Amino acid sequence: MTHYTSTEQKDTRSGFGAALLQLGRSNPDVVALCADLTGSLKMDAFAKEFPERFYQAGIAEANMIGVAAGLAIGGKIPFTGTFANFSTARVYDQIRQSIAYSNTNVKICASHAGITLGEDGATHQTMEDLGLMKMLPNLTVINPCDYNQTFAATLAIAEYKGPVYLRFGRPKVPNFMPADQVFEIGKAIMLSPGSDVTIIATGHMVWMAIQAGIILQEKGISAEIINIHTIKPLDTQAVLTSVKKTGCVVTAEEHLMNGGLGDSIAQLLALQLPAPMEMVAVDDKFGESATPEELMVKYGLDIPHIVEAALKAISRK
Amino acid sequence: MTTTTQMQALATQVRRDIVRMVHAVQSGHPGGSLGCAEFFTALYTSVLKHDPETFTMEGHGQDMFFLSNGHLSAVWYSLLARTGYFPVSELATFRRLNTRLQGHPTPAEHLPGVRVASGSLGQGLSVALGAALAKRLNNDPNLVYTLHGDGELQEGQIWEAAMFATGRRVDNIIATIDYNGKQIDGPVEVVMPLGDLRAKWEAFGWIVLEMDGHNLVEILTVLAEAKKLTGHGRPIVILMHTHMGQGVDFMVDKHQWHGSPPSDKDLESALSQLEETLGDY
Repeated sequence: MTHYTSTEQKDTRSGFGAALLQLGRSNPDVVALCADLTGSLKMDAFAKEFPERFYQAGIAEANMIGVAAGLAIGGKIPFTGTFANFSTARVYDQIRQSIAYSNTNVKICASHAGITLGEDGATHQTMEDLGLMKMLPNLTVINPCDYNQTFAATLAIAEYKGPVYLRFGRPKVPNFMPADQVFEIGKAIMLSPGSDVTIIATGHMVWMAIQAGIILQEKGISAEIINIHTIKPLDTQAVLTSVKKTGCVVTAEEHLMNGGLGDSIAQLLALQLPAPMEMVAVDDKFGESATPEELMVKYGLDIPHIVEAALKAISRK
Repeated sequence: MTTTTQMQALATQVRRDIVRMVHAVQSGHPGGSLGCAEFFTALYTSVLKHDPETFTMEGHGQDMFFLSNGHLSAVWYSLLARTGYFPVSELATFRRLNTRLQGHPTPAEHLPGVRVASGSLGQGLSVALGAALAKRLNNDPNLVYTLHGDGELQEGQIWEAAMFATGRRVDNIIATIDYNGKQIDGPVEVVMPLGDLRAKWEAFGWIVLEMDGHNLVEILTVLAEAKKLTGHGRPIVILMHTHMGQGVDFMVDKHQWHGSPPSDKDLESALSQLEETLGDY
């Protein structure tokens, strides 16, 4: 196993906020909009330094999405910010028509995604957002794993011309990816090569996948760990190459089984390379109130479940 | 400069285009398009600062127009073609396989003149406000114009946008409402009354003007007045009184013509009322 260390616990949303501020300084076309969650989205530094390029939209997300589309038509690079649920389900048709179908250069930036939003409960937790967004043609969907990767992803999507959904989260989590990484949209990252099972993780589950790999190594199993930050377009070559080598695969994500990364990979493998597969994801359930840590355990999004899934996948070879 | 006589002739030809386009594919929305023929004619010949030859998405240095009630595509396509955005002959492809003239307008097929998709109602005002903000950031003094249906005002997003416009002091936008009182299911007053529309917009902080949408001189006068009122910290909306189906006697004020195509016999009758002033496509 390649060794990874987390120097500190940091929230991915802060990576977004810091990168947005840097973009404000480096790119005069970058503008930002927020629907009354500026502090939660860590957009306050940008808002303070660039008040003429920051639009407070109030609690009116549908309008915010439309205004962002118009700013993009006028040549700007708008970043919208609100919670993931209000960034997707609440404004689905606005995104569909004014952003995806119209192919406007809007960056939909969504915090508090997944069950790790925690205590606010199921009304605010979304585990459907990746599925909703990946179904829309033209939309690129990105789910980085830690502070550093979210920072790099935010810079990268400003350079990319086209609509993007960028998903990140609320809690402080291990920060282990290099600060100076080059973020390539659509390119999977090989974290640790292995030969017995492929573990593909995204978002907060990537660190857990690495920990699961260490446990599997102690059991004499060589796991290949892949970090997929771009849900769409999927790096199909990376997936096929790895599964051809290992012969089985586990996916891990903080999302419903329906519509998530595992669903995309299952589709790919069913069509091109059928192989035993296990999914660590939430099976058709809403979340509930509790701490993020408690919820990840209760909903099976933890290291033991990844280990168990890997053993099961191998046993099915 | 186009004279009002020339404009009236164009509006009549545009009406012929509309009924012929919708008849040819036996689908589309003739009523609203017919009711807005004068508005589009005035806008594209005498109001908008625009140049079909140099159309860009960004629209720098030009006025921009957004059609929020996208089902009025027929009248818009006719005016875009007849003012030089694409060949008039292309109107024959309306709603047909591989056309750039989709049932509802879209930039996806790269039709010059169209900047955003519309059809799912209530979204165009928000988009136009964003474009207006971009103009402000770009120090572009030109304006953004929109058109909306009155039934469309039942969409909540319209009022989110109305609030945003005054809250963020967007004053380089002129929105027009096609106030014909008709929607698919019947009279707006029956389907879902809009109440005192002037008072509603005024309560949201907008400057409200009104005009007769079939009187070219009045349209030009009121749009000129609206333009003078821009740049003073408030957005402007014009309640444009129109008749759905105007110009074709059996369609006038009949909500049944919102989205129904004319039969062969209807077409014959309609065309007999509309002189071929500039040549059919």
